[in-house]
Amino acid sequence: MSSQTAGAKPIDLPEVSSGSKAVIHPRWVRITHWINVVAMFVMITSGWRIYNASPLFSFTFPPQITIGDGLDGLTGALLWHFAAMWLLAVNGAIYVALGILSGRFRRKLLPIHPLEVIRDLHAALTGKLSHDDLSVYNAVQRLLYAGVIVAGVVIVLSGVSIWKPVQFQELTAVFGGYDAARFVHFFAMATIAAFLLVHVTLAILVPKSLRAMIIGR
Amino acid sequence: MPKVRRVIPGVDPTLLIKDAAKLLPDPSRRLFLRGATSLGAITFLTGCDIVDEDTAAKALLTISRFNDRVQALIFNPDKLAPTYPESAITRPFPFNGYYPEEDAPEVDGETYMLEVGGLVENKKPWTLEELYALPQEKQITRHVCVEGWSAIGSWTGTPLRDFLKRVGADLTAKYVWFQCAEGYSNTIDMPTALHPQTQMTFKFDNEILPRKYGFPMKIRIPTKLGFKNPKYVVGMHVMNQNLGGYWEDRGYNWFSGI
Repeated sequence: MSSQTAGAKPIDLPEVSSGSKAVIHPRWVRITHWINVVAMFVMITSGWRIYNASPLFSFTFPPQITIGDGLDGLTGALLWHFAAMWLLAVNGAIYVALGILSGRFRRKLLPIHPLEVIRDLHAALTGKLSHDDLSVYNAVQRLLYAGVIVAGVVIVLSGVSIWKPVQFQELTAVFGGYDAARFVHFFAMATIAAFLLVHVTLAILVPKSLRAMIIGR
Repeated sequence: MPKVRRVIPGVDPTLLIKDAAKLLPDPSRRLFLRGATSLGAITFLTGCDIVDEDTAAKALLTISRFNDRVQALIFNPDKLAPTYPESAITRPFPFNGYYPEEDAPEVDGETYMLEVGGLVENKKPWTLEELYALPQEKQITRHVCVEGWSAIGSWTGTPLRDFLKRVGADLTAKYVWFQCAEGYSNTIDMPTALHPQTQMTFKFDNEILPRKYGFPMKIRIPTKLGFKNPKYVVGMHVMNQNLGGYWEDRGYNWFSGI
């Protein structure tokens, strides 16, 4: 997916300038975003198949929307999951590090005021929320983007504690032990999946936001 | 799930070695993994084959070998698996195998002999009586299945590292290979074999190991996933060659440490 960004138009405007022509998403955001799309897709769909091998709840995921066939269906899913985890973790670590160091997280996502969230949510649901300036996030966007970053951190850490409950038993204990960590991992997935539903829907409803994530503005 | 009928008793170890060697990397394994790693129905949904299956299988297996090395680095030989009180034991403890419980091997304890081979000084086979006379320790640890579920059990037996020293095993060798009565097999790394909690188990929950949990002997490894804990063990070989194992040859990660 990074090839799409590599083919983007050269950026001739400084990233800090304001106005509609300014770069909304710097190159590192776009590259890590699309790598994350691939990583998330593989992790979630293979994760559903792994879940099916020993479900936590009374439902399973339809195999048609999972990846990794073969035998009981688990073998391939595990291979995919434990391969894509590197992509997710390394790419995610780069994104979070740059987000903090560049000040982008602080600038774009903070502060989050509960009253503003309620006001903007009401405005959004009544169709009165403006998307004229894509470079400024409204309070609902801030909450969702900050929230999904937290969910991303939780899903990686709970995943590590399921993967290595002996070697990293101190981390597993933070999540309440091995069995509890599986539930944390599941709910972090559910949180991210719910976010994706809203995120993808809105990206389709506001196509210029999708364009900004591809060419930067 | 394939229902492989048990063979045995009266195992011919040389034949078993040949059989196991045949299970190693080969076209059928590749063929199996092609299916295992395909994107399945998503291929149909999109109407195109996103990832060439053979290429994907090879790439995923390469990453799985990389993950073996990472896990060997993560493995701390002094880190003990958490232990639990008697009250935490899962009852009934689940039976698990690639066959239904009624197909579990029935090993005759009277005629049972543990074959010891490979890089060891003393290759004398061991009777059950001799094994039972070894010093024993009990552990209450968590069994974690590759499927995700876990259960806490109580296992009693002799530390594998003490046994390996007793038979004069080359402790600088890389692997220990286990053969089981039903044809199951497993290879583990030497650092794990020498871990203080890795155990030749003769009792479950203070009773002689019942058939369903691996009579007469199981190798209990609380630092590895359940499928790396072979039951009905009839042979133990210290080796420098990795002979893989039943599930490992079918695509499960070889190291599978936890």
